[in-house]
Amino acid sequence: MARLISLVIGAGFVFVLALALFFTAKDAIQNPAAETAEHEFHEHPRDAHLSSAGLVGKFDRAQLQRGLKVFQEVCAACHSLKYVSFRDFEHLGYSEGQVKALAQAWPIEQPTVNEETGEAATRKNVPSDRVPSPYPNEVAARAANNNALPPDLSLMTKARHDGGNYVYSLLTGYRAQPAALLAKFPDAKTPPGLHYNPYFPNLNLAMPAPLTSDGQVTFDDGTKSTVDQMAKDVAAFLTWTAEPNLESRHAAGVAAIIFLVIFVFLTWGAYQNVWRNVKH
Amino acid sequence: MSFPWAKHYEPKQPLMRWMDEKLPLPRLVYNAIGAGYPVPRNLNYFWNFGVLAGLALVVQIVTGIVLAMHYAANAGVAFGSVESIMRDVNAGWFLRYAHANGASMFLAVVYIHIGRGLYYGSYKAPREMVWLLGVVIFLLMMATAFMGYVLPWGQMSFWGAQVITGFFSAIPLVGETVRVWLLGGFAPDNAALNRFFSLHYLLPFVIAGVIILHIWALHIPGSNNPTGVDVKGEQDTVPFHPYYTAKDGVGVAAFFLIFAALIFFSPNLLGHPDNYIEANPLSTPAHIVPEWYFLPFYAILKSFTADFLLPAKLWGVLAMFGSILLLFFLPWLDSSPVRSANYRPTYRWFLLVLLLDVIVLGYVGGAEATARNVMLGQIASAYYFAHFLIILPIVSASERPRPLPNSITEAVLAKHGGTSPAKTAMAG
Repeated sequence: MARLISLVIGAGFVFVLALALFFTAKDAIQNPAAETAEHEFHEHPRDAHLSSAGLVGKFDRAQLQRGLKVFQEVCAACHSLKYVSFRDFEHLGYSEGQVKALAQAWPIEQPTVNEETGEAATRKNVPSDRVPSPYPNEVAARAANNNALPPDLSLMTKARHDGGNYVYSLLTGYRAQPAALLAKFPDAKTPPGLHYNPYFPNLNLAMPAPLTSDGQVTFDDGTKSTVDQMAKDVAAFLTWTAEPNLESRHAAGVAAIIFLVIFVFLTWGAYQNVWRNVKH
Repeated sequence: MSFPWAKHYEPKQPLMRWMDEKLPLPRLVYNAIGAGYPVPRNLNYFWNFGVLAGLALVVQIVTGIVLAMHYAANAGVAFGSVESIMRDVNAGWFLRYAHANGASMFLAVVYIHIGRGLYYGSYKAPREMVWLLGVVIFLLMMATAFMGYVLPWGQMSFWGAQVITGFFSAIPLVGETVRVWLLGGFAPDNAALNRFFSLHYLLPFVIAGVIILHIWALHIPGSNNPTGVDVKGEQDTVPFHPYYTAKDGVGVAAFFLIFAALIFFSPNLLGHPDNYIEANPLSTPAHIVPEWYFLPFYAILKSFTADFLLPAKLWGVLAMFGSILLLFFLPWLDSSPVRSANYRPTYRWFLLVLLLDVIVLGYVGGAEATARNVMLGQIASAYYFAHFLIILPIVSASERPRPLPNSITEAVLAKHGGTSPAKTAMAG
C-alpha cells in the first residue's frame, strides 16, 4: 500500500514536470529568446593588478594615499564613505596629526546643529567623524544628479563581482557606443543623460566619466597621474575601505594554515598510533 | 542499550566516585562517547561527519553569541551594526566571517553526513528513529540558516526573505493572511527582522536538543558500518575512545584547515556581492538567489512552471517542501534488507545519478532562468522525485544483492588478505 501511494505521488510530480517541460520547450521554440545588447556587449572587468589581490596580498600604502587623494578631489564631490572614519586613514600611513589636518581640510563639512540657534549647520571634520556625504539627504542627492543617486562607496568593491577590478575598469571604460552595437540593436542607443560603459551591467550609467584627463589630480609622491593610474589608485583605495582588515586577515591566515597543517599531521600520527594493532 | 561487552565506568578517584553517586554525568559521557560505547571497527572517514556537524554547531553558537552582543536587530541600523562589527569590534571581522562561512561548513558537513546515510543504508531498521530525528535537525538547520542570512539586512537578505515568505502566499485562501501574520507586515521590515533574530537565536538550542535525541537513538542499536552487517560479537567492535576519538581528531583537524582557508583567504567566496548593499525595498536585484546550500531546492521550486489542477506556484512550493519531507518516508520506501550500497549493484548506480542530479539542480538554482536551464531543472527535478518515489521502491524489491560478508571482522580480514582472527583480536 505504502509503495502504491509513493508510486502515485512520484508519478504525479513527474507528470506535472513533464507537462512543464513540454510547455517550456514549446515556448522556447515559438519565442526564441531575443539577443540583448547587455548580453552581447557587456565586458568582464580588466585586471588592475592590485597588490591586495591574491592569497597573501598586501596594500601598497603609497597607492592608498594616492587613491585617497583621487577620492578626496574627485569622488567626494558626489559620493560618501559613511562606514569609514577619518581616524581610519591612519592605516594608510598618516600620523595622527596628518589625519587631523586632512579631516580639517576635507572639502565636505560635517552636518551639525548650530548650538545657539538650533538651526542646521556644518562644521569642520574631526578624526572621529565618518567621511560625510555632500548631500543632506537622498532627495537632494537625486535632485543634483538628474534623479540618479550616487551610492556610498565604502563597500563598493565588495558589493560587485571582482570589485577592485570592476572599479578600475568602469572608471577607464567610458567610450562612444560601438557602431556594431547600434547597427544590431538600434533601440539600445544610450539615452540622453546616460553614459555608455561596457563594464556597467546594463551598459548605460548616470555617472559621467569622473577621470577625464591626465594630471587631473596632482600626486604628492610625484607619480604621473594618468587616467589609468588614478583609476587604479582609487580602486586600490576602495578595496581598502571595503576590507580594511585584509592584511591582518591574510597574516592571521598564513599562521593559522601553518598551525593547522602541523595539527593535521599530529592527529594523523596519533590515529596511526592508536590503531596500530587493529586491522580495520 | 549497548552491547554486553561494553566497558563499565569504574571511577578510581574518590572525587569521581563521589560525583558518580550524586550525578553520574561522567558515566553518561563515558557511555556516550567514551570507552563505554563499542563501535564497529571498520568505519571509514565518512563516519567523521556526525562529530564534525556537532562541532560546526558549537562553532556557530559560540561565534553567534558574541556577534549577538554587537549586532542590532533593527531595520534602520542592522546593516550598519554589521559593518561596525567588521571594522570596529576587536576581531569582529573574524567572528563574522567565521559565522557566515561556518554556516556553509555546517551545511556541507551535514550534506555529506546525509549522503553517507543514504549510501550505507543508515536509515534502515533498526535506525529509523535516528534518521527521522536527523531529518528534523536538517529542517531546523534550514530554517535557522535562512533567518540568519536575513539578519545583515543586505539586498539578498531582504529579497530572500521576500521570496521565502512568499511561499506561504501560495496556500489557497488563507495564504496571504498567513504571510502577513508571519512577517508582521506586508513586506519584510523591522517586525520580521526582530522575530527572525529571536528565532535565529533560539533554534540552534532546539537543534542541540534534537541532536541529543539523535545520539540517544543511535546508541540503542549502535553505529552502522560500511558493510551494513550487524555487529556479531566483541571482535567486531572497538571502544569509541580512544579509537574513534583519535580518528575523529584527524577529521576535526582537516575540517578546521578547510574552514580556516575559507575564513582567511576567501571569506566572501560563498556569499553574494549584493548582500554588501543595504536592503532597499524599492530596488529589486537582477537575480535573487539563495545561499548555495539551498540552490537545489530553489531549482525544484522554479521548475514547476505549468498550471495543472493547482497553480504552478503552489506545485513548486509543495514540491520543494515535498523534496525534503519525502526523506521522512525513506526507511519504508526502501524495502531492501541490505543496508550498504556496496552490496547493491543496481541501486548504487541510481545513487550516483542522484548525486549528479542534485549537483545539476544546484547549478540550475543559481543560474539564469534561460529556457535551457529551466528545462535542465525540470528534467533534474523529475529524476529527484522519480528516484525516491518510483525507482527506489522498485529497485529495492527487484534487485539481487551481492553476497554479504558473514561479519564485520570477516570483511576486514578479507580486505587485509585473511589473517587468522586470533592475531587481530582486540587488545583492550
